[in-house]
Amino acid sequence: MKLSGGWSDPAFRAIVTQAAVLAFVAVVVAFLAVNLIGNLEERSIRTGFGFLWQAASFEIGQSFLPYDARATFGTALLVGLLNTLVVAVLGIVLSTIAGGVVGIASLSRNPLVAPLATAYVELVRNVPLLLQLYLWYAILTQLLPAASEAPQLLPGIYLAKSGLHFLILESGGGIVLAGLVLGILASFAYGRWSRRRADLTGANALLWPRLVLLVALPAAALVLVAATTDFNVPRPTRFGFSGGGMVTPELTALLVGLSLYNAAFIAEILRAGILSVGKAQSEAAASLSLSRAQTLRLVIVPQAMKLVVPPLANQYLNLAKNTSLAIAIGYPDLMSIGNTIINQTGQAIEVIAILMGVYLTMSLSISALMNWYNARVALVGVR
Amino acid sequence: MNDLFKNGLAGALLVAAAAGAGTPAAAGPTLDAVRQRGEIVCGVNTGVGGFSIADSSGQWTGLTTDFCRAVSSAVLGDAAKEKFVPLSPQQRFTALQSGEVDMLTMAATWTLTRDASLGLLYAGVYFYDGQGFLVPKSLGLKSATELDGASICTATGTTSELNLADYFRANKITFTPVVFEAQNEARAAFFSGRCQAFSADMSILSSVRISDAPNPDDWQILPEMISKEPLGPVVGRNDLEWFTIAKWTLMALIEAEELGVTSQNVDQMKESQDPGIQRLLGTSGDLGEKLGLDAGWAYRAIKRSGNYGEMFERNVGPNTPLRMERGANALWSKGGLMYAMPVR
Repeated sequence: MKLSGGWSDPAFRAIVTQAAVLAFVAVVVAFLAVNLIGNLEERSIRTGFGFLWQAASFEIGQSFLPYDARATFGTALLVGLLNTLVVAVLGIVLSTIAGGVVGIASLSRNPLVAPLATAYVELVRNVPLLLQLYLWYAILTQLLPAASEAPQLLPGIYLAKSGLHFLILESGGGIVLAGLVLGILASFAYGRWSRRRADLTGANALLWPRLVLLVALPAAALVLVAATTDFNVPRPTRFGFSGGGMVTPELTALLVGLSLYNAAFIAEILRAGILSVGKAQSEAAASLSLSRAQTLRLVIVPQAMKLVVPPLANQYLNLAKNTSLAIAIGYPDLMSIGNTIINQTGQAIEVIAILMGVYLTMSLSISALMNWYNARVALVGVR
Repeated sequence: MNDLFKNGLAGALLVAAAAGAGTPAAAGPTLDAVRQRGEIVCGVNTGVGGFSIADSSGQWTGLTTDFCRAVSSAVLGDAAKEKFVPLSPQQRFTALQSGEVDMLTMAATWTLTRDASLGLLYAGVYFYDGQGFLVPKSLGLKSATELDGASICTATGTTSELNLADYFRANKITFTPVVFEAQNEARAAFFSGRCQAFSADMSILSSVRISDAPNPDDWQILPEMISKEPLGPVVGRNDLEWFTIAKWTLMALIEAEELGVTSQNVDQMKESQDPGIQRLLGTSGDLGEKLGLDAGWAYRAIKRSGNYGEMFERNVGPNTPLRMERGANALWSKGGLMYAMPVR
């Protein structure tokens, strides 16, 4: 672009103004940084990230990685991150399923189902999330039986105040995981093949073989591994159970609370999306003698997805960040472990910077994924 | 500016500098700020019976709040006022580092890490405590070593977490920690049965057993004290004058008990001929001035909160619901650890 116009040229003015604003922002940031470093030095507060390699000296109640008090602060943060991710991913999945069910239920013509769904949505949306988490945690810890009286639900599965204890495989988890991945891939591959065949020959694209593949392959892997390795069964001890896998009431309360809370919002989003598709579509589908369920599945929901995906991404981001409330009910997520580290080392600035970076990355990843999905769905009709 | 003016200005500045160099050092930033504000801001526990807890009318009571009042009276005189800011274990050190409070008077343990790397200083010990376990009597436990495999509730950001890990590793037993953000959430989970044991300082356990347990007799504190937890006031490292004032106010209260000066007899004691008492109460010598305060600093502190023994008896002693014995907190001459450096 030509800048020869001088001040009378709007493009030139725009560039100069923007450069000035940028310089101003840079000066403010630099001033804050220098001020911060000066204050920290003046008060003799230690700075730097060296603490990440020091021994943590504290235990963590639930960890998906092998961890003990001799591990480093850095490892502790990783354990916390994994805990957060587990809750975030499972929460997103569960809340979408629950939200979908409730959303469609609220549109039902059944005089009992629709008001029930609406009541659930109104109740859950209007009570603060923290209170709901406290409630679920209190319910679980009060109602669950003490470890000494824990009932055995199935052979090797016990339910107690200390959590749901279940038997796990000593080893071979990798093989089962591989079976699961193979099952998913095979299901996808079959789906594509059968859809191509449907387009070319008019034969129906069947759903049941996909489900069979999805379940049978991991099941076969499980049976194979179970036949060859031992089970790690939880054994009752004086205070609880040792061995086996465990899902603590903290994790359960957090998952249930978060999922139900976000499900209410997701239900409303879906309801709005479905209602936004014009009445003409459902009438046209009805005139082709499609049932209500088929109309929803084949005509309405695919068109509603365009409207639904961005707010859905919003809810997923909310859920991922709300996992930080875990500290209130004793679940050792990233925020909780970060807090402990701040207290033990005193380096609040560094740890908060790390936490902010992690949450930012997590949120950006979720929103990038949803944007990609949105772009795909926006081309609906070109199948 | 012409030369005469410039020379005159330089001359005036030099004289002022010389005059300034001859006067005693100006008061440090914290003392200045406290005097200007007319009140001292102390960080306290959100609610630990006997140490810092607000009663039903909003009045703060407890050993540590009494110490804050003593410092306030020593520094501000008769118009002394205090503002108590309740802080959770995770906020407390950051609040002091940023200057939001002038001093922490709460149950915070003195450790090397806290002294060396937080930019803070501990000004002494007002309570020697240790960590223990609160368990239900129904479990029939006689010792903490029997807690192998137990779930233990505790609050995050305290030395409790670290001591638990050390103790269980040293005894080669395992446990599952359940850590909460605040003490009261940890207590609630413990009393609902989520954990088999609750671990915190013995003083907190005594207070919790009395105030939170539905029936105190169903719960017992195990005999083992698994760590040393010396509790003391904390100040920022950037103001050594304030640190000295806090340190010597505590010493003065202990020295008062050693010399037999109480809040009841402190007025008569002002007439005493004992040189130690005279120096302490400011009747002779200039100890107050050396600290940057006036002569009646210790007199006012003792009159306001009593000597150390009175503070102990009033808040956590055998006649209070906590029913604690002096134990390690007795005077050195009576077999305890309370030892005042010479106030002279």
